[in-house]
Amino acid sequence: MAFFLETLLGGLMSGMLYSLVALGFVLIFKASGVFNFAQGAMVLFAALAMARFSEWIPGWMGMENLFVANLLAFTVAVAIMFVVAWLIERLALRYLVNQEGATLLMATLGIAYVLDGIGQTIFGSDIYKIDVGMPKEPVMMLESVFDGGILINKEDFIAALIAALLVISLSIFFQKTATGRALRAVADDHQAAQSIGIPLDRIWVIVWCVAGITALVAGIIWGSKLGVQFSLSTIALRALPVVILGGLTSVPGAIIGGLIIGVGEKLSEVYLGPYVGGGIEIWFAYMLALVFLLFRPQGLFGEKIIDRV
Amino acid sequence: MFYRENGQFKTSYKADQQAFAIPQDRWAIVAIVAFAFIGVPLLVDEYMFRAILVPFLILSLAALGVNILVGYCGQITLGAGASMAVGAYAAYNFMVRIDGMPALAAILLGGLMAALAGIVFGAPSLRVRGLYLAVATLAAQFFWDWAFLRIKWFTNDSSSGSVSVPDINLLGWTINSPTDKYLFCLGVLVVFSVMAKNLLRGNMGRQWMAIRDMDVAATVIGIRPMYAKLTAFAVSSFYLGVAGALWGFVNLGSWEPAAFSIDRSLQLLFMVIIGGMGAISGSFFGAAFIVILPIFLNQMLPLIGGLFGLEVSIALVSHVEFIIFGSLIVFFLIVEPHGIARLWSTGREKLRLWPFPH
Amino acid sequence: MSGRKFGEVILDLKNISLSFGGVKALQDISFNVLEHEVRAIIGPNGAGKSSMLNVINGVYRPQQGDIILRGEHHANMDSYGAAKAGLARTFQNIALCKGMSVLDNIMTGRNLKMKANMLQQAIWFGAAQREELEHRAKVEEIIDFLEIQHIRKTPVGRLPYGLQKRVDLARALAMEPQILLLDEPMAGMNVEEKQDMCRFILDVNDQFGTTVVLIEHDMGVVMDISDRVVVLDYGKKIGDGTPDEVRANPDVISAYLGASH
Ligand SMILES: Nc1ncnc2c1ncn2[C@@H]1O[C@H](COP(=O)(O)OP(=O)(O)OP(=O)(O)O)[C@@H](O)[C@H]1O
Ligand SMILES: [Mg+2]
Repeated sequence: MAFFLETLLGGLMSGMLYSLVALGFVLIFKASGVFNFAQGAMVLFAALAMARFSEWIPGWMGMENLFVANLLAFTVAVAIMFVVAWLIERLALRYLVNQEGATLLMATLGIAYVLDGIGQTIFGSDIYKIDVGMPKEPVMMLESVFDGGILINKEDFIAALIAALLVISLSIFFQKTATGRALRAVADDHQAAQSIGIPLDRIWVIVWCVAGITALVAGIIWGSKLGVQFSLSTIALRALPVVILGGLTSVPGAIIGGLIIGVGEKLSEVYLGPYVGGGIEIWFAYMLALVFLLFRPQGLFGEKIIDRV
Repeated sequence: MFYRENGQFKTSYKADQQAFAIPQDRWAIVAIVAFAFIGVPLLVDEYMFRAILVPFLILSLAALGVNILVGYCGQITLGAGASMAVGAYAAYNFMVRIDGMPALAAILLGGLMAALAGIVFGAPSLRVRGLYLAVATLAAQFFWDWAFLRIKWFTNDSSSGSVSVPDINLLGWTINSPTDKYLFCLGVLVVFSVMAKNLLRGNMGRQWMAIRDMDVAATVIGIRPMYAKLTAFAVSSFYLGVAGALWGFVNLGSWEPAAFSIDRSLQLLFMVIIGGMGAISGSFFGAAFIVILPIFLNQMLPLIGGLFGLEVSIALVSHVEFIIFGSLIVFFLIVEPHGIARLWSTGREKLRLWPFPH
Repeated sequence: MSGRKFGEVILDLKNISLSFGGVKALQDISFNVLEHEVRAIIGPNGAGKSSMLNVINGVYRPQQGDIILRGEHHANMDSYGAAKAGLARTFQNIALCKGMSVLDNIMTGRNLKMKANMLQQAIWFGAAQREELEHRAKVEEIIDFLEIQHIRKTPVGRLPYGLQKRVDLARALAMEPQILLLDEPMAGMNVEEKQDMCRFILDVNDQFGTTVVLIEHDMGVVMDISDRVVVLDYGKKIGDGTPDEVRANPDVISAYLGASH
């Protein structure tokens, strides 16, 4: 039982990170109908910027303080992600509005390649560290309930907490602020939003900026855990089933989908993996999403659409 | 004589229905194929065959498969690499498990297995579209990646996980020199291209295109989406499977699952986008481009860097490659969704009118 | 038109109700179509006319009601089945393959009648080619009939709207249907084009005995060419009868005046 709970919690925590990346997908999709395959490349790009600047800045400024260095690097990385967002809107997105979903998807694949290439040209392509002072040691919990308690990875726990905080603050941003309302109006109906004077291109830049920040946070969390390296960009691929499960247009869907996939992956790997040779977590999530798609093509929270003729 | 069809009147529907209705085109194609079979082997050295021509031919075949599905039937796939893998590993298993199995038969059977797998993983296309379908095909990609890595039966329990096959023997012709490999692949490509052309100009192709362009409305004119989509998946996967088997048997000789990873899938998709969706020739343009660009960059970038006294590392070359591919994809999607093939045919159109525009 | 003989009831729609979420597109609609007649469906925008056609050929599944085609009940008509049963249709928003030539688009309409299997098609010579030529001949007849010979090789996307509508009709005719459903075949046409279209529709009806169900906004056209008219408004049937009867129906008049037509 304790072991099961441990696995479950581990799943929930990694699921929270998936939710974070999935949220990036959902935001952009809602606002512009683009399924942003470049989200993973953005995670890598942001993490690279963060890692390298936190390494370079102390050198340039001749100081040792880790916290200040990280803070400065974070600021610079945010600025860089804003520039990236703006460039993407400027150079690609605005010419592609109203294209079919598949075309847009392929375009973001192209963007992902460009980001990967530029990121590694500027920042290098080795493995880099991000050290934001995350505690590494595990802790015991619920010792009173279970014999021996359950082992929790503190780092995962804090990561999940940060992700949850970000998700909550974004939800508040969308619900309460004027920009958030404008965003939702755009998500509901582009033309209508435009006709009441909401500037579409500005909204898109904002959404991509927000997606850039989620990418940065996800990149920092993952990067401090696994090191910043090229494989980070495949995180988008891991988060994809999440979005499918949750429905592309639903924020709660992204969160719950993330948790389901996180837990499903861990449980399957632990309980099913040994029988089939292990390593199944990648495709397991996809199969889960696939089976789910067949029964509910619109996702958990998406709306059913009847095609017009 | 000018290049045009004025004054050439067709006297029967039959003449009108030929694969290439303009005689100049027909002759051009025949000339190109003849040159490829006879001229190229006389002119080209081994390096060209190994590094450029054989990969180009096989990837053209694969791109043709992707084009049938993506360009003609409008179903996106990110799992093309997986179909190649199924073809390659299935062919390998037919080869090693059945005594006296002719290599060509094994390759074709590999293609058939890929077609079956394609039907299974294409089935979601009946329910979902666009990016949801992309996800379904990714599921196939990751599943097969895993299966060929972890299920030892597929690799005949080879300890390293990599498999290898002996040279192909085709009715006494042992295919081992680069020239042999080139000629063999060229032969396969020509046959498969002709069949693709035939399918696409006939009823099958019209059904696929109707699904692509009209979707729901297509059923109203009596096209069954299930039949049309699954045949597209099957034919496309068959082509990919054969290409995969050739890639393993002819180009690599021995290989690991990484040869058919998601990167391969994306690469194939890019070939079709850059080359031209919905044009057979686009598959060739795209494959040529993808094969030649890295080689070109590898040669040119260090030279250009040298001019400015910069050292260009191999890593940098591959990053520049990423940037160029990525930008070109976005560029083509925005400016010319029909790719190089359309640029080419527009150029030809101009030639048709030359020297009297209008 | 009065001298013409109508046959039996070929299509009978009973108590059809269809809704999308909260929108009640059709509410308890019943009417029938006689063999060989030209039956019009009219009504203001959003009345549910297109939805009605979509129900008839199985694109939409009504929540309630029964469709009786030649005496057979089809509570659940599907569009492929409808095509096989001899229903063809054109679309309000033209649904042609933009990149294909006019000829190929019309050939697509023959697909139900083409039998060569995939292998034969891949080989081409032999069965596939023979079949292709056979159907090509039939398609050429339709092309002549609709007077679009000069554009047969043109990609449909390059044609003006009026001609695209004609190609859409040609493809429907290529199916050799018994019942032809036309969704606003004359929308966006000038007077001359409309006259041509009317002539084609009446010719089809006359020469091939095809039953026609059509949606049209132009009242002049409707009164000219239809034998009987159904009037829909907000998903309800408010009138049914000969053009003259419908024109005199107070409900119809008020619906049209209300909708400022
Ligand atoms: N696929 C669908 N999903 C949701 N609502 C639909 C769908 N198809 C039709 N409707 C709704 O049903 C109602 C009837 O639409 P329909 O297209 O049948 O009207 P119509 O009489 O053809 O109008 P028009 O003259 O504009 O063509 C409308 O309110 C429309 O919005
Ligand atoms: Mg309508």
